[in-house]
Amino acid sequence: MKNNKFVKFLSVPYVLWAIAFIIIPLLMVFYYGLTDINGKFTFSNVMAITDPVHLKSLYIALILALISTVICILLAYPLALILASIKNKNEHLIVFIFILPMWMNFLLRTLAWQTLLENDGIINNVLSFFHLPTLHIINTPAAIVFGMIYNFLPFMILPLYNVISKIDQNVLNAARDLGANYFQALLKITLPLSVPGIISGITMVFVPSLTTFVVSEMLGGSKILLIGNVIEQEFTQNSNWNLGSGLSIVLMVFIVISMVITSIFDKEGEGNAI
Amino acid sequence: MSKHLIDLQNISKSFGSNLVLDEMNLYIRENEFLTLLGPSGCGKTTTLRIIGGFETPDIGKVIFDGEDITKLAPNKRQLNTVFQQYALFTHMTIAENIAFGLKIKKKSKSYIDDKIKYALKLVNLEDYGSRYPDSLSGGQKQRIAIARAIVNEPKVLLLDEPLGALDLKLRQDMQYELIRLKKELGITFVYVTHDQEEALTMSDTIVVMNQGYIQQIGTPEMIYNEPENAFVADFIGDSNIISSTMIRDELVEILGVKFPCVDKDFGENKPVDAVIRPEDVELITLPDDFDVTSSGTSLDSDSWKETGRIQGVVTHLIFKGVHYEMEVMANGYEWLVHSTSLFPVGQKVGINIDPFNIQIMNKPESEDEEAAPIEE
Repeated sequence: MKNNKFVKFLSVPYVLWAIAFIIIPLLMVFYYGLTDINGKFTFSNVMAITDPVHLKSLYIALILALISTVICILLAYPLALILASIKNKNEHLIVFIFILPMWMNFLLRTLAWQTLLENDGIINNVLSFFHLPTLHIINTPAAIVFGMIYNFLPFMILPLYNVISKIDQNVLNAARDLGANYFQALLKITLPLSVPGIISGITMVFVPSLTTFVVSEMLGGSKILLIGNVIEQEFTQNSNWNLGSGLSIVLMVFIVISMVITSIFDKEGEGNAI
Repeated sequence: MSKHLIDLQNISKSFGSNLVLDEMNLYIRENEFLTLLGPSGCGKTTTLRIIGGFETPDIGKVIFDGEDITKLAPNKRQLNTVFQQYALFTHMTIAENIAFGLKIKKKSKSYIDDKIKYALKLVNLEDYGSRYPDSLSGGQKQRIAIARAIVNEPKVLLLDEPLGALDLKLRQDMQYELIRLKKELGITFVYVTHDQEEALTMSDTIVVMNQGYIQQIGTPEMIYNEPENAFVADFIGDSNIISSTMIRDELVEILGVKFPCVDKDFGENKPVDAVIRPEDVELITLPDDFDVTSSGTSLDSDSWKETGRIQGVVTHLIFKGVHYEMEVMANGYEWLVHSTSLFPVGQKVGINIDPFNIQIMNKPESEDEEAAPIEE
């Protein structure tokens, strides 16, 4: 019992933290989102999403987040497989190298991509040096996707690597032993067993991609508005906290929906893998 | 004798600078229960993995049914493995686990269903098809792992310490289960274990291995009764291994006392090891005033029948159920003795050994020779 009390005592700072910085801000978002400037209850802030501009920004944000998440999975999965198969002392060093960009400031990394992708940036300079046609990437959706992938890829690699490297080698051997070739074993054993890693990878890439406004601002110019940018502008430029909060609620709903969808896939993956 | 199904020819395998198998030659006959027995690191599991296709030997060949399969992928081999930690697919039901190999081979649904039923019945887990592996006990998981392997009708079943994770009682039950399965299926079993009792109980042939070399190949009786060297004698059951001198053919001097034996051709006055199983040491009760310090009885007199060839004192006594285990201090050696009769601690006893129960072995010439290859 004494021990139990001590654990409770230890949890006090975390509970206070959660109340002060999670619960209260969340309640404030709901309060502002569901009231007008005079403090009267209204749904108008939430319904403002039906405004064509807002709807379009949400639509683009969803599409770009989806594209970067899918590309992140496609890039990270083979890499995680390779990393997990390295069975020597260099394993951790190589994982470390792939995680290293996370040590640098997020804004700095995005700024670096700006310089790379600019019309007279490094990539185009190299291309024109070889007399190749230059590319117009900066301020396009492609640039935003580039930025999202570069920034969020480690968050896909890590959970995938973790879960794949924990799969018992003998389970894969058993599949080979029962007649499966490498790709059949990959498809029927490794893939379903790594679903939890895929789920957390998707969550950790899709959610920040959907809500980002920094990447789109720096690499998309002000031409492409994502829902994140719209919300940011409501708070900073228009000082309309009510509208910003209302749109935030809508975004949260979409995040919850996306998580529900992935958890359904998770259950299916566990059930009928064959 | 039936034909060789698997032939391992001159197999060597190293991991880094660590030589695990050194020029190993071994054949496995059709339909036999062969056990690779040895301490950890002796190369037994590596041998099994080479047969299964999970390791490729550095040199040497694996011949299966007349074909060279040394470099063939595991999924192309007509054998199946039961892994140490079961290695069940935790994301599939028991039925899906068992069906895995058959689905890969694109068998019909009805064929697969029949096979699942048959396999579950064979391992006495008929109602478990829709369960997940995590809800099974260790023994049940092991039986599912076996069922999953045998539905593919392999010619050989490889078993890598399959009972290692089970408790004693369950292990004994599973031993009988495996013998029964072997009889019902009529296929070759290659079994890896470090448990000598398991090996003696189940095998037709035991291959004793140490440090990458085969020490002895033989039936359980041969391995137990006529160990080829001190390692085998020591590894298989308890033994008294006593440094002795072979006086001449059929006469050995053990601890300064001459014993008649049946071994020949060791030369004269040659240092040897005498191996005597604890249950082969016969004890005779001596009167309390008997002088046990005098060393031994002369060969010619008949007094050994009453007083034993060597005399000593019982120093330890443990009741083991079927027998008593005693230690007898005699002529400076602590003899391990198993007997159904009780000789209390402090009792003076005489020791006799039937000539047939003294196994003479050449002494290893160097420290390393324990791990030297045996001559074919």
